[in-house]
Amino acid sequence: MNSKVADRIATGVFIAIATIIVLVLIGLFSFILFRGVPQISWDFITTTSSTVREGGGIRDQLFNSFYILFITMLITVPLGVLGGVYMAEYAKPGKITNFIRSCIELLASLPSIVVGMFGLLIFVNSTGWGYTIIGGALALTIFNIPVMVRVSEDAIRSVPNVQKEASLALGINHWHTIKTVILPSAFPGILTGAILASGRVFGEAAALLFTAGLSTPRLDYMNWNPFSTTSPLNIFRPAETLSVHIWAVNTNGIMPDVEAIADGSSAILVLSVLFFNLTARFVGSAVHRKITASK
Amino acid sequence: MGMLKEKVDKSKQKTSDKKEEKDQSELILRVNDLSIYYGSNQAVKNISFDIEKNSITALIGPSGCGKSTFLRSVNRMNDLIPISHNQGEIIYEDLNILDKNIDVIALRKEIGMVFQKPNPFPKSIYNNITHALRFYGIKGKKRLDAIVEESLRKAALWDEVKDRLDQSAFALSGGQQQRLCIARTLAMQPNILLLDEPASALDPVSNAKIEELIFELKKDYTIVIVTHNMQQASRVSDKTAFFLNGRIVEYDDTETIFTNPSVKETEDYISGRFG
Repeated sequence: MNSKVADRIATGVFIAIATIIVLVLIGLFSFILFRGVPQISWDFITTTSSTVREGGGIRDQLFNSFYILFITMLITVPLGVLGGVYMAEYAKPGKITNFIRSCIELLASLPSIVVGMFGLLIFVNSTGWGYTIIGGALALTIFNIPVMVRVSEDAIRSVPNVQKEASLALGINHWHTIKTVILPSAFPGILTGAILASGRVFGEAAALLFTAGLSTPRLDYMNWNPFSTTSPLNIFRPAETLSVHIWAVNTNGIMPDVEAIADGSSAILVLSVLFFNLTARFVGSAVHRKITASK
Repeated sequence: MGMLKEKVDKSKQKTSDKKEEKDQSELILRVNDLSIYYGSNQAVKNISFDIEKNSITALIGPSGCGKSTFLRSVNRMNDLIPISHNQGEIIYEDLNILDKNIDVIALRKEIGMVFQKPNPFPKSIYNNITHALRFYGIKGKKRLDAIVEESLRKAALWDEVKDRLDQSAFALSGGQQQRLCIARTLAMQPNILLLDEPASALDPVSNAKIEELIFELKKDYTIVIVTHNMQQASRVSDKTAFFLNGRIVEYDDTETIFTNPSVKETEDYISGRFG
């Protein structure tokens, strides 16, 4: 076989693989949206769920998903980025660093159900909090930190060394160089990592079943006092997220419109992830443009 | 200078006794028996020479001869390479630069460096210059504006960029980027400028501009320049050191080196017979 033919075959194979991926994606997406979108109505998004009667909504679950995401990222991103800075800039190559890296990789491959059980033990029972948003967020933090550290480390390492040298040669110390030169350059990579981690939070059910719980108390959205039990902002209340709701409705829902709720929720979930990703990218590139003064 | 001096009283005592040997009012750097190693590989071998204040010293020699390694040791950029270590001393203002007690941050502020490839920060032109100023607590728009303009003027870049200071430095041409890198180093008011082949990555026109600029800067700064361009070395420098295999083969007035070198290797290298 001459090299021209081989090249053509390779090109064909890659195109085929790309086509398969795109087709699977389109198929999945249209299946979820075709079945789900007809179920979505203003009512569906703005009413609370019902355990027995028809016509329950997903208002609280939708809010809970975004709120847990927010709390999780509030903890995960700073810890993950600083961990990445340590691994890329401060850790001396050697046995200890390799050990830390192995630990991070191990943590990244931990099954989410195990993280959930661990969360139940620590954040629910040991602390005596019961099922809470903060417990769920901490469990998800454990779940996401390895990814965040890894992605940040890679993003920081990929910043050209000449940038760092330029800053140090001007008589600027290491930390200020990291803060003002390296991290802004690594920002797009770190943002991608944060978005990937967010997707995992949206979709996660197993780790939340045992930590944030399967119920949501009656919430008053006008009550913004985060210490009040009826406030949606209270982080010490149980919170069922959208993913958990989909799982719960499908496995032991007794309302007559189980299927409609599950389909509608799935569509909302997918659209939420899409909406979140696009917004994050848009805001992120605006921020990046501002700090780098590029067009 | 104060900062650097205070922080290294110890090393000052060690070296001060050598001070009175001869009149060194015009010497700014004195290199004594300096060796630099990368692991077990000796890149610079027992070199000794002096660099005069407000002069341009050119370091020439074939690739891998140790001239860049030497240059990077003067502002301790070699510290970034974990396997590098050195022996001997480089005396600057009565202090041994290579002393481990030296405040490297303060040292680098006084001994600025410009690299071979232009390396502006991915920020606006304005912020490229204010980046280090802000670190040193220089605030106030008026004051920063003034320093930005002054530095860009000194680097002969002001007229080309004055209307677009808020644009990305990456939008500039390679030659302009390099002059911006020089400007941001000048903004720190260094005493010595180390230039590591500053024009080798640029086109001839930009090259000529940089050369002109270097000549202009001589009035206020001491300049040490590594170059592979013989014409450039002969045109701009006062003194030339010829490096070969980690040693200084010949160090003399540039004119002498280029017209009447005393070592055969120097003559061979300059006339292009090797290297």
